[in-house]
Amino acid sequence: MTLIPKRERFPVTCAQEIVAVRQRVRDHATFLGFNRLDQTKLMTATSELARNMLDYAGGGTVFIEQVEAQGRRGLQITFEDQGPGIADLDLAMQDGYTSGNGLGHGLPGAKRLVNDFFISSRVDEGTQIVIVRWM
Amino acid sequence: MQRIPILKMGPFLLVTIQVDLHDRLVMALQDDLTNMVSKTGARGVLIDISSLDMVDSFIGRMLGGIAAVTRLMDAQTVVVGMQPAVAITMVELGLDLPGVLTALNVERGMELLRSRLGLVREMAHDIDTKA
Repeated sequence: MTLIPKRERFPVTCAQEIVAVRQRVRDHATFLGFNRLDQTKLMTATSELARNMLDYAGGGTVFIEQVEAQGRRGLQITFEDQGPGIADLDLAMQDGYTSGNGLGHGLPGAKRLVNDFFISSRVDEGTQIVIVRWM
Repeated sequence: MQRIPILKMGPFLLVTIQVDLHDRLVMALQDDLTNMVSKTGARGVLIDISSLDMVDSFIGRMLGGIAAVTRLMDAQTVVVGMQPAVAITMVELGLDLPGVLTALNVERGMELLRSRLGLVREMAHDIDTKA
């Protein structure tokens, strides 16, 4: 595989770009040596969170980053938008809760697929979600 | 626009998804399948997703939609070939496919369709060889 940068940035403004981002996540995960299951989990979490961004905030930016901590390598993916923000994070993290036409699996589901999940959101300013899966 | 090919095989329609699914493609597939069921009078639809390396809630919802629509048109949809990693990930995500029949592979999917439709093996075999 050709060398890929440790950090990359992708705009998500349409559904096609979600496909491009999750394929790039697979490239990074393969490069780092993640097994098939972990690759699938990372791609699926990325797809859910990127779609949330598109559906609720009209789009945003995804950063894919190879990280290292305490001798472990991991893949960190950040989703940033300038959308309406999430008023009640606890509610949004509840399984089955949806404010739109989704199935309500997006946030809590994506959280289950990764090792670390951080979310911060301000009403009228936007939302940032960071996920990490470690090797 | 890119389209996913639909093959007719006796009383069944066969779809093998070989590309990464984006939204428009899945929605076009639903349209095309519905039209094909109507035109051919197909009794069953078999969708092979063995090449898909991921099923998110959007794709899951679309598969469920296809199954529901074809059922209203008196055709049964079976989704086959899900990769183990995809199945595990879907369960952790909290996603199941309500109303969607699944089978391990194309062969078992065909058997399932035939038994659901009450087609005897010989007859189905006959149709296969003629198709």
